[in-house]
Amino acid sequence: MAAFESLSSRLQNVFSKLKGKGKVSEADVNDAMREVRLALLEADVNFKVVKDFIAKVKERAIGLDVSKSFTPGMVIIDIVNKELTELMGGTQAKLAKANKPPTVIMMVGLQGAGKTTTSGKLAKLLQKGNHKPLLVACDIYRPAAIKQLQVLGEQIKAPVFALGDQTSPVEIAKQGLQHARENGNDYVIIDTAGRLHIDETLMEELKQIHGNVKPDEVLLVVDSMTGQDAVNVAQSFHEQLELTGVVLTKLDGDTRGGAALSVKAVTGRPIKFAAMGEKIDSLEPFHPERMASRILGMGDMLSLIEKAQSNIDAEKAAEMERKMRTAEFTFDDFLEQMEQVRKLGPLDQIMDMLPGMGKMKGAMKDMKVDEKQIGRVEAIVRSMTKEEKAKPELLNHSRRKRVAAGSGTTIVEVNRLIKQFDDMRKMMKQFSGMMGPKGPKGLKGGKKGLKGMLGKNMRFPF
Amino acid sequence: MSFFKKLKESIAAKTEAVTNVFKEGLSKTRTAFVEKVEELITRRKKIDEEFYEELEEILIGADVGVNTVMTLIDDLRAEVKKRKIEQAADLQPILSEKLIGLLKGDDHAELRMAPEGQITVILFVGVNGVGKTTTIGKLAHKFKSEGKKVLMAAGDTFRAGAIEQLEVWGQRVGVDVIKQSSGSDPAAVMFDAVQAAKQRKVDVLLCDTAGRLQNKTNLMEELNKIFRVIQRELPEAPHEVLLVLDATTGQNALSQAKLFGEKSAVTGLVLTKLDGTAKGGIVIAIRNEMNLSVKLVGLGEKMGDLQQFDSEQFVHALFAGLIGKEEEKSGTTSE
Repeated sequence: MAAFESLSSRLQNVFSKLKGKGKVSEADVNDAMREVRLALLEADVNFKVVKDFIAKVKERAIGLDVSKSFTPGMVIIDIVNKELTELMGGTQAKLAKANKPPTVIMMVGLQGAGKTTTSGKLAKLLQKGNHKPLLVACDIYRPAAIKQLQVLGEQIKAPVFALGDQTSPVEIAKQGLQHARENGNDYVIIDTAGRLHIDETLMEELKQIHGNVKPDEVLLVVDSMTGQDAVNVAQSFHEQLELTGVVLTKLDGDTRGGAALSVKAVTGRPIKFAAMGEKIDSLEPFHPERMASRILGMGDMLSLIEKAQSNIDAEKAAEMERKMRTAEFTFDDFLEQMEQVRKLGPLDQIMDMLPGMGKMKGAMKDMKVDEKQIGRVEAIVRSMTKEEKAKPELLNHSRRKRVAAGSGTTIVEVNRLIKQFDDMRKMMKQFSGMMGPKGPKGLKGGKKGLKGMLGKNMRFPF
Repeated sequence: MSFFKKLKESIAAKTEAVTNVFKEGLSKTRTAFVEKVEELITRRKKIDEEFYEELEEILIGADVGVNTVMTLIDDLRAEVKKRKIEQAADLQPILSEKLIGLLKGDDHAELRMAPEGQITVILFVGVNGVGKTTTIGKLAHKFKSEGKKVLMAAGDTFRAGAIEQLEVWGQRVGVDVIKQSSGSDPAAVMFDAVQAAKQRKVDVLLCDTAGRLQNKTNLMEELNKIFRVIQRELPEAPHEVLLVLDATTGQNALSQAKLFGEKSAVTGLVLTKLDGTAKGGIVIAIRNEMNLSVKLVGLGEKMGDLQQFDSEQFVHALFAGLIGKEEEKSGTTSE
């Protein structure tokens, strides 16, 4: 969202003051933590969870030696990110497996979180692993909930056990389990009705189902758009049912998903799956590190920073940045810069990693970053003479014609490239600003630059 | 006359029953929220940085948007400076007034209805699982009991069981449902529904749509088409486009209001599931930033648990504790 400034650019403001300092002082950390706090709150992380989190990060950040590292901002982001990832459960968790099949999985949660849909998706996922799941329809309250599960079962050809909406859910669950035993289903997924965590009667019903079928997994299904209340919900369900894990749904939306952190913090239970789309096979294992950068509103910036740190020659980057600032940027530098950027990996992947790019995906669908195009651009530039590369102004019409012939392209393409070269200077400045010693400054501008170019319906020039 | 007295009187004029529904539905919300503010004021006698921070947390804890809270806190700081307030207790009335100011706006809570004898079309939009179908069922019941002829359109042709869900509601409240088979074009369903509504001379047509995340371009275009078809068939329609919001939703509700607004010209909000512990504070931010107000609230599971939103009732239910104190105080000073 436009209203959300990414954490990196915010931190950059804080740290621009302390250029050249070797150590991060307590006051600096306090300033930075204020920004981190806001970013987390804006992502819907519960304020209590934020408080504890900030205290922890602060402890690690004070007195940290930053002289050798990129920038203090990067260091803080790194700590925040690592801490977040760890909090959300370092590695992916797997589904429990009963010693004696069937393994019983119970799905619980508020109304509209996506329990029924997720049950179907989970069954599909299990089928892929050559299991035989049975779906049990225990939502007798919401009109047509049973029907919904039956339709989903039909779609994926998984059996659905239902007894209509007049039998008690406890009974349905019991008989469902029996049915699975008799029919050789190795997994039983019990879909329960959505309920408020404060509804005592309905919570009691869940406890009874729990007592009767003794589930190996009790998964709380949580809408990733949930706000501050996520802690109350998770805590309450956990106290009454002893959850074993969490499923985060609707993550294909544009929410930052701070609820993930809140839920993990109060229950201590791993987030096992993330539902990422309307399709039945869109249930994926949860990736804490991706979630961390998402909550921070940074796209996959962090991987990009890491890649940049390991692949880009800091000295060269500094020199390049100086050149660009002073507008000495030439086609020679352009080639070199391209080389540097390409070291980071395929371009469309880099684009994916930039914050704000996710939003532009729609616009970018038609704009495939074409690696062949890059080769063509390279050919054009290499067809220029030394002088021309150093002084692009020299390129008049006849020279351009020669370059086109030499590179096997057309004059239109050459013209376009030269025209874009100016735009490029602006944009590359942003790229290099991000990678250079000054950290991710001006990313927003970079986005704008790119957008402007896309807006004019241009191909990505390299 | 004090602000609260006026508020109280205007509420007294309303039926006791409605007030009770609000009070009950919001009891959790109220105790959690108001008690916290009160506790803060009695515990922290002085107004200092920590006081502000805690107040900020209480408000953010109610999902009131971060930006809105920051503005409110800044306003309070300025006020405290101007009036030279030192004690937290003295801040209370200012705080209550500011909070109420945020919630209360110009009242457009009434649903816009077509003139007598014409069809009123209400379109429901929102993300998945917020309670669109349930809200339509409840609203159909409400109109029906007012003696209106109602028709429902099963525009959610995507989610498994959605059409059946609306049909069950139709049977419950005794209202016909216009539908096509699952997977058909929802805009075609709307076309049929509008024609049927004209033929059968109904008073109200309630249109369900499939839940969709606001960042899915294609689905949002589909919604736009639905909107255009309705508009083409009945130039005045839809009279209301209601964005259904789950009260537990956090900051993402802002993005929902914005993007749904762009594609379907949202005219108001329905806040559902307010009977839980969630505060639905994000509607304050939406009101502030997008000038969209809440028209209906879902306060429970029963058919009659959908209420017309009344900001005075909402404020009263939410801040009953604070208002009580204020009255006591103003009572003693007048003696």
